[in-house]
Amino acid sequence: MAVCIAVIAKENYPLYIRSIPTENELKFHYTVHTSLDVVDEKISAMGKALVDQRELYLGLLYPTEDYKVYGYMTNSKVKFVMVVDSSNTALRDNEIRSMFRKLHNSYTDVMCNPFYNPGDCIHSRAFDNMVTSMMMQVC
Amino acid sequence: MEQGPAGAAGLRLLLSDAEQQRYSELFALCCPEGGSPAPAAGGSKVGDLFRASQLPADTLCQITELCGAKRVGYFGPAQFYVALKLIAAAQSGLPVRIESIKSELPLPRFMAVKNDVEMRYGNAAEIHGVKFQIPPATLEKNSFRKPDEGDKQQETKSPPMSPMCSPPASPSNYQRIHLSYGYGKPRSGLEQPHGVPYEARHATHQQEGPAIGNYGSKSALVHSSLSQALAAEKEPHDSSNYPDDPWRITEEQQEYYINQFKSLQPDLHSFISGSVAKNFFTKSKLPIPELSHIWELSDVDCDGALTLPEFCAAFHLIVARKNGYPLPDVLPETLLPDYLAPASLKPKCDCALLDSYPESLPVSQQTRDFNRTETSVVEVLDNSALTQDAISDDNQALNISTAAKTIPKDFKPCQYWSVKTVAQELNTLKARPRSRSYSSTSIEDAVKRGEEPPTPPPRPQKSHSRASSLDLNKIFQQSTQAVKSVWLPPPPALPPRPLVSQQGPHHATNTEPAAPAKSSYVEFRLQEQTKQVSEIELHPQMNRVPSQTEESSPTKKEILLTQPPSKPIRRKFRPENQMLESQELTPSLSVTSSLPAVKPHLPVQKPSSKQKKAIQTAIRKNKEANAVLARLNSELQQQLKEVHKERIALESQLEQFRPVTVL
Repeated sequence: MAVCIAVIAKENYPLYIRSIPTENELKFHYTVHTSLDVVDEKISAMGKALVDQRELYLGLLYPTEDYKVYGYMTNSKVKFVMVVDSSNTALRDNEIRSMFRKLHNSYTDVMCNPFYNPGDCIHSRAFDNMVTSMMMQVC
Repeated sequence: MEQGPAGAAGLRLLLSDAEQQRYSELFALCCPEGGSPAPAAGGSKVGDLFRASQLPADTLCQITELCGAKRVGYFGPAQFYVALKLIAAAQSGLPVRIESIKSELPLPRFMAVKNDVEMRYGNAAEIHGVKFQIPPATLEKNSFRKPDEGDKQQETKSPPMSPMCSPPASPSNYQRIHLSYGYGKPRSGLEQPHGVPYEARHATHQQEGPAIGNYGSKSALVHSSLSQALAAEKEPHDSSNYPDDPWRITEEQQEYYINQFKSLQPDLHSFISGSVAKNFFTKSKLPIPELSHIWELSDVDCDGALTLPEFCAAFHLIVARKNGYPLPDVLPETLLPDYLAPASLKPKCDCALLDSYPESLPVSQQTRDFNRTETSVVEVLDNSALTQDAISDDNQALNISTAAKTIPKDFKPCQYWSVKTVAQELNTLKARPRSRSYSSTSIEDAVKRGEEPPTPPPRPQKSHSRASSLDLNKIFQQSTQAVKSVWLPPPPALPPRPLVSQQGPHHATNTEPAAPAKSSYVEFRLQEQTKQVSEIELHPQMNRVPSQTEESSPTKKEILLTQPPSKPIRRKFRPENQMLESQELTPSLSVTSSLPAVKPHLPVQKPSSKQKKAIQTAIRKNKEANAVLARLNSELQQQLKEVHKERIALESQLEQFRPVTVL
């Protein structure tokens, strides 16, 4: 279960960012911001020749002491960044992939809405609900 | 709709009001007196409570594991609520799994628990005992009838059971309560008049109701009353019998929506695209976030287009919103596309009943997309189990509170929640058939699966897209086919110059015994020239007239003369300056026009090499022109966006100021 989920636009500004309500949520925002550099690194490392075959799931971007950050970039350069608690060892790669897939599905549903202009912040309730289901529940 | 505290293991638990109340009461019971800082239910009391649910021990073990109490080590509110829900699921016969509790479930039943709360439900326990004896067959038969059938069952059963309960209120009260309870649509205070039509219809049923003593007659009564209910229900179902329900579309409204749909899209079986619908709904002057939410609610299959039922639902939501009703969180079931789909579908009746029946929603809607008839049997069995619980819930709810207004809320969120989860499940189900190439997170896999990325639009021809005459493009295409040599599309406003410069050598060659291709090629040039510059019209005449036998030397000089002037002309190509240059050069054109006529006897290689040079330079120029135009286009687009934003801002400001000025 994620601690923080963010959707970043092509121009590297956040379209949607949500973290579990703790004190000092700002650190998650910083983490997501710094992870954008790593995303760019990964993409450029793949090389220009592989642009068409690039895998959308980028994998573990970088681990910190408490958290692990995973990335996913769509073909329209929209990035999903997920911060996960390191202590949650039960989460495997496949689960992360499936979470990103769900995110992507919900994101395209949001895009299908003609009242949503690409580049706006995401206010969709369905998207919110889906993200809530993926966030860690704080009892 | 209230949310219970989030369940363990990331589970999101939605509880109805009744459930919330009940669970909190039970939790309060189980909490140690003088509670600890973190409210946690005492293990022994919880154990007693769970055992009172009369579930087998291993089921209880499963439940405790699932709810996370073992993991966490204590029964916090979240775990407790999840456990209660799981108990309810288990008692309803569903497997003990997290997925089971996502569906609408009755309250869990606990026998022989002696405390204040349970005393109130003591009657409920008796009723449960009563209920269990009702032959399931009866329920099976009728469980998959119309949606209100469930209401009828509850209504007709409760009066028979009423003698068992603590003295009930007047039968009319019961009816009203049950009607609103079972109906479960958002009312905003309209239950009373709503109950009236029900009462009128059920008066006949209720006469038989109270006169029961034993279960045998009760079952017979249930049979008869249900059959009557069926008969009575079938007629009013299709007509709008619930005039006060804001989420039910009346006949006139339906006709109006259909007419509006026709105005946008004449084919009633086709879609309205997103942009068309957006323009149409924006006229309603609702704020964009609300319109966005309405779209989310009504576009169930999330395809960016609205079918007729989806459109009706969206329109109805807009109308409701304009009349002041708050927007729901999930689409009311009367606005679901399947509910609104044309009644021409034969199985729609039975399945619509199934679909809208609250507890059968999770099961039936899942199967709706697939063969309905096959799964109807399964659904029936599930419904039978669920209806038993529904009846017990009714009685419990009755005993809990006689306030009619709270009860509709119970079912309303239940239904909504179940509809929503069903819609979500539907969406996930529908997501699979949707061709989403990213589902495999790589395009290769998508291609392997046969979901090819859409073919890119055909490459635009290497001609200027900007305001060039159609004939030019046609000619260009024709000429490329006809002529092997590269015919360059001249820049739109500059055609005369390169034409002129190249025309000379071409014409020179043309005057020689030329291949038919070349002659046709030249003719194209001639045609083209006639359209662009009137002075060039002189060319055909002038070119044909002069003889080939003019001296080469003067012609060479003239050619050389023509070449230099044309080159700088070409280099000066700019979109803004084109017209100016063309105007400047037209006088020079007239000068040069005379010259190309006098170019006989040029060796063939010379024009060809010059041709090639000219062609290459023209290619370069065209590429530069393309780049410039592209840049210009993007800049203009940006400007357009900004202007648009400004306009919207101004409009909003204007709206703000308007009421002030009125005052």
